[in-house]
Amino acid sequence: MQSSSSLLEKLPLTPLSKPAKGAMGKTGSWRTLKPVIDLNKCTKCGLCWLYCPEATVIFTKEEGPKIDYVYCKGCGICAEECPAKAIDMVREF
Amino acid sequence: MGKVIITTGNYSAAYAAKAAKVDVVAAYPITPQTSIIEKISEFIEKGEMKAEYIRVESEHSAMAACIGASVAGARTFTATSAHGLALMHEMLHWAAATRAPVVMAVVNRAMGPPWNIWSDHVDSLSQRDTGWMQFYVESNQEIFDTIIQAYRVAEDPEVKMPAMICSDAFILSHTSQPLEILSEEEVEDFLPPYEPPFDITDVDHPVTHGNIVWPEPRGDSPVGYMEFRYLMHQGQLNAKRKIKEIVKEFEKKFGRNHGDLIEKYKVDDADVAIVSMGALAAQAKYVVDLMREEGYRVGAIKLRVFRPFPDDEIREVTKGLKALVVADRNISYGYKGISATEIESALYSLEKRPLVLNFIMGIGGRDVKPEDQRKMIEAAFDIIETGELTKEAEWYGLLR
Ligand code: SF4
Ligand code: SF4
Repeated sequence: MQSSSSLLEKLPLTPLSKPAKGAMGKTGSWRTLKPVIDLNKCTKCGLCWLYCPEATVIFTKEEGPKIDYVYCKGCGICAEECPAKAIDMVREF
Repeated sequence: MGKVIITTGNYSAAYAAKAAKVDVVAAYPITPQTSIIEKISEFIEKGEMKAEYIRVESEHSAMAACIGASVAGARTFTATSAHGLALMHEMLHWAAATRAPVVMAVVNRAMGPPWNIWSDHVDSLSQRDTGWMQFYVESNQEIFDTIIQAYRVAEDPEVKMPAMICSDAFILSHTSQPLEILSEEEVEDFLPPYEPPFDITDVDHPVTHGNIVWPEPRGDSPVGYMEFRYLMHQGQLNAKRKIKEIVKEFEKKFGRNHGDLIEKYKVDDADVAIVSMGALAAQAKYVVDLMREEGYRVGAIKLRVFRPFPDDEIREVTKGLKALVVADRNISYGYKGISATEIESALYSLEKRPLVLNFIMGIGGRDVKPEDQRKMIEAAFDIIETGELTKEAEWYGLLR
């Protein structure tokens, strides 16, 4: 029963995954509330980019934040953390 | 030879964590374990131990922090007892399944209610199927030595499973005995720095632990969940071989041997042997000596490692015995003593096997004196004569 197998020998000890874009599908479809940034209020501090658990805030110092709605799941963390209160969660349905 | 001091079982565990150059300690206080982590925080505060102490709000968080630290490549230590260990239960599965070689001192204490802080092995035995290796020790020196040995076993590339070192509340935890402390340098020769199997700090090649694995192969995974469970089982089985090798190497280097998976004492020509776990294994050897002087052919077996279970070793050591006394400081409600069920299951494949007398004793710290162990052994000699073995466990010393 306990014959050694090349398949098992090649496995890592515990399952590991390599993060890849959209590995869990298009998570934007999970959303009921959508974060909308008011760029007039935004100070380009970058905290929304830092806190977003899905890495769906794209950020440059010049242009500030932009949300990738294909994957943003609408958790609202960015809105909660924004010190300038520049992000509104808007009902989509 | 290291420095010899007089100290408690709990401080012996703390000195061992220091000698093993542990990098991260995350723990939450609980009687009777607390003085282990108090001593460690004192070492760190005084700058005698270069470790990160993570203060947490519960034992569940303590183990979660230990898992994170271990996966990130740190040698990790914690300690707990009874309800603290029970609260860790979910994270114990996590540590083993993510193959984090955390080493933990468990000071065995009874579970409440009613509240009782004295020795009882149900707390750690209830964690049997979490994947943790379990060592049960009989002296303060054995606590120290086994923590050092356990890191070698747990971190071995063929094992990579966590380990708990279990010692009896108060009987060892708060009782002073001579302890030879090995220096960090002496230990480092035997226990080199930890090398983790994955580098999760390599941000250019990120990996995620704890992803989904399906029942069957799927996507990039050539196997399913079951195969990873088989690998954990293999890790435990490999530990049986590794513990024997590492105990031998330890003896060669430091001159002490507390047994490997089991320890046998005067069993070879015996008719009866008594099996014990923890501190009572030390007292059993004393009782054997007394009874030997009177001509009894009796021996003692210490069940030192409970997982991986020493089934071959139990079959081998009980060859030639007429009866085996199994003294359990625990009860599996509705059946019998937990070590007795395991031992009987190991013996079942033999055609000729000894009678097994199971005693439930010492529950919630009730004192078990040498004369009590003697009575259990005498009962076994009586049964060899009469052949009248009761199948149920006997509650030794129960007030009726
Ligand atoms: S709502 Fe959540 S997922 Fe979407 S951008 Fe904000 S933090 Fe990211
Ligand atoms: S946290 Fe708010 S202010 Fe800061 S960059 Fe994001 S939207 Fe702008």
